[in-house]
Amino acid sequence: MTVSTMIKYEQKELKVVGTRPLRPDGVDKVTGRARYAADYNMPGQLIGKVLRSPHAHARIKSIDTSAAEALPGVKAVVTREDFPDMAVEYAAAGELTINFRDVTRNMMAREKVLYDGHPAAAVAATSESIARKALKLIKIDYEVLPHVIDVVEAMRPDAPLLHEEQYTEGVTPKPDRPSNVAKRMVFARGDVEAGFKQADVIVEREFNTKPVHQGYIEPQACLASYTEDGQAELWTSTQGHFVFRAQCAKVLQMDVSKIRVTPTEIGGGFGGKNNIYNEPLAIALSRKSHRPVKMVMTREEVFRATGPTSGANVKIKMGCTRDGRIAAAQAELNFQAGAFPGSSVPMASMCTFTRYDLANVRVVGNDVTVNRPKVAAYRAPGAPIAVFGVESVVDEMAKKLGIDPIEFRLRNAAREGTQTYYGPKFGPIGFIETLEQARAHPHYSAPLGPNQGRGIATGFWFNIGNETSAALNVNEDGTVTLMLGTVDVAGGSRAAMAMMVAEELGIDVDKVRPIIGDTSSLGFNFITAGSRGTFASGMATVVAARQAIEKMRQRVAKIREVPVEEVVWKNGQAQPVEDGTRQFAPMSLAEIAKVAGKTGGSIAGHAEINAQGAGPGFGTHIVDVEVDKQTGLVKIVRYTIVQDVGKAIHPAYVEGQLQGGAAQGIGWALNEEYVYGADGLLQNPGFLDYRVPVASDLPFIDTVIVEVPNPNHPYGVRGCGEVPIIAPMAAIANAIESAIGIRLFEQPMSPPRVLKAIEAEEARRGA
Amino acid sequence: MPYTRGEVRIAIEAANVRQLFEALGVRFPDLRAQLDNDLAIAIDGEIYQDALLQPISGTSEIYVFPKIAGG
Repeated sequence: MTVSTMIKYEQKELKVVGTRPLRPDGVDKVTGRARYAADYNMPGQLIGKVLRSPHAHARIKSIDTSAAEALPGVKAVVTREDFPDMAVEYAAAGELTINFRDVTRNMMAREKVLYDGHPAAAVAATSESIARKALKLIKIDYEVLPHVIDVVEAMRPDAPLLHEEQYTEGVTPKPDRPSNVAKRMVFARGDVEAGFKQADVIVEREFNTKPVHQGYIEPQACLASYTEDGQAELWTSTQGHFVFRAQCAKVLQMDVSKIRVTPTEIGGGFGGKNNIYNEPLAIALSRKSHRPVKMVMTREEVFRATGPTSGANVKIKMGCTRDGRIAAAQAELNFQAGAFPGSSVPMASMCTFTRYDLANVRVVGNDVTVNRPKVAAYRAPGAPIAVFGVESVVDEMAKKLGIDPIEFRLRNAAREGTQTYYGPKFGPIGFIETLEQARAHPHYSAPLGPNQGRGIATGFWFNIGNETSAALNVNEDGTVTLMLGTVDVAGGSRAAMAMMVAEELGIDVDKVRPIIGDTSSLGFNFITAGSRGTFASGMATVVAARQAIEKMRQRVAKIREVPVEEVVWKNGQAQPVEDGTRQFAPMSLAEIAKVAGKTGGSIAGHAEINAQGAGPGFGTHIVDVEVDKQTGLVKIVRYTIVQDVGKAIHPAYVEGQLQGGAAQGIGWALNEEYVYGADGLLQNPGFLDYRVPVASDLPFIDTVIVEVPNPNHPYGVRGCGEVPIIAPMAAIANAIESAIGIRLFEQPMSPPRVLKAIEAEEARRGA
Repeated sequence: MPYTRGEVRIAIEAANVRQLFEALGVRFPDLRAQLDNDLAIAIDGEIYQDALLQPISGTSEIYVFPKIAGG
């Protein structure tokens, strides 16, 4: 393909796309045969373990590994001395650009440890017990430093500094003293001050959210084997094996071609497996020990040292005229970045008010380093945090004006042609459709019980394309093997890609076997993130399928001795064009495949593209809650999602994405939070004390799929994975307010916090 | 607008994204690092990322903003 790829949508009769076949990875998963990273083993492998910082912030004065190295069974120990220091150099890595100077310091501390759990050394030994014993023998002399966790505290001029060389970017004049505020950004359109002057009602509120974890079921795990000729193989649980290869090559100063990464089945990622952690340590330990090294994180390590999302402080101000039009909207988003700069605040800033058609907007974002693990992407990174504030204020505004909350949103909703405050105008989008279908849904008018309330909130995500490769081989029996480079992050993308190939080729989907190729088998693929899998990999598979079809047309033209213009691909066969001048016997894909070897060689198609033209996604959520005023417990009684996905290739898996996103959002809203002690250490690194919702906590989550096709995808796909997590926090806060008349400004809305709010309100009323 | 000394709307001659970014980098040196790593572009409403050779017409409306990804 040429510069970049954008295949226009074509409406046509569909035979496979839009149906619900069984997923090709399903049997292996339900029978336990599917191999996750921790299931991989090699002869002679060692077990690697990491020594982690017991301090939130400390300078490393010295590291003595001699006793650990002398322990029988220990085959290698690595520290900062085993990795080259790296200059400031940026590369794309999922949610944000990463800086390799920071990456090498995050995987192994150099001058300082910057958070509880920061790796300071790693060992490889013949057993896990020996490895653990060796960790205890490593002596690190720390100079403990003051720490800061809270984002607002970290922004103060007198806060403990994480990086003495960090000066705030994006401010004028350039600061003359370092700061934990790594970057400040402003997105603005129109004149907010003039807009507020036109407003009849102004609501201004402040919200705070705690950091939460992606909570994937499978902890990070990998197996590395480095051989004497300088080659490395890596099996790992990742959302992007090509990106992992690139990052490992960089921090280990190896040629990219000498690292082969195989992505294993993945037990969830949600953005948390976009970045390397143990992988370069395992390769370095293998290089040093001349043995394969396996490293599996414990759940405690996952919580302490892998990327959670930001905790944040959000200020929202909105002004409206009496007719329910938003005259001006303003936000300040202060996001924890963790130990190194690079939170999701840029994207959160761009999503804050994007669901609405606004003339006057100003959003200021601050990216703030604190003594916590470096944040990673989490499903629509940053958007749920900003939207919690905005949609709460929208709800309050609608109430103040006496307007139905969906009607209020319809009066202000973005539509085709609306100019966003970050620049471009929207093309065809389905936000209005989601609002109208939500309003028409029986849920919206169903009666509520005692202590119950109903909340509405909406979400938007951009969706993306990016670099993607795919290949398909037509086998001699007429079946097709499809090789994909985007990891199937358990959402069922293998099924969706196989369906698009089957639709293009005109064959049964059972005849297409999709697999995920390793890094040596395909061109580069960006990570599976940003709801890009079905959009971008789908586009690549369509390109590859159409290339194979073209080859089959040419082959049949030669076999039947007719000009290629006389051959058309239709209904799974090469046949004469309508109104053509030459008649010949059609050949099916299976017939072509059978003679391919004797007529010029096997048939294949491949694509290496940079997919562009992702279609924005919008969703509207309705939730009913019941609040126990005695305990503060909030129960989700009913939940409905209405979302525009462009086209649901496999509707069951789209529904699963919507339900999964909402379930995670519900956990974020009601229970989940990182709890730090005064010492800066994480107090709840386990699922007993960090409570994610389980099936019994949730009702059936109803879904309504809206299909406004993306004009830039052959089947109209937009992507669907990010949007459903955005609205739940705000929708639930609005429902709680509807139930008990008390608005909560802090997440999680857990029983102690809800009870405290109820008691405070009762005290206020009594006083 | 610290990277562009306050300018938010400018006219530049460029036939593709690479030429545009090079011209912006010359005009606003503080913006160079952002152009290399952090920015996406919208051309007549369509968003492009890492598409240096994407053509720009003489009448194209261009916006530059942070790259987009996700979880």
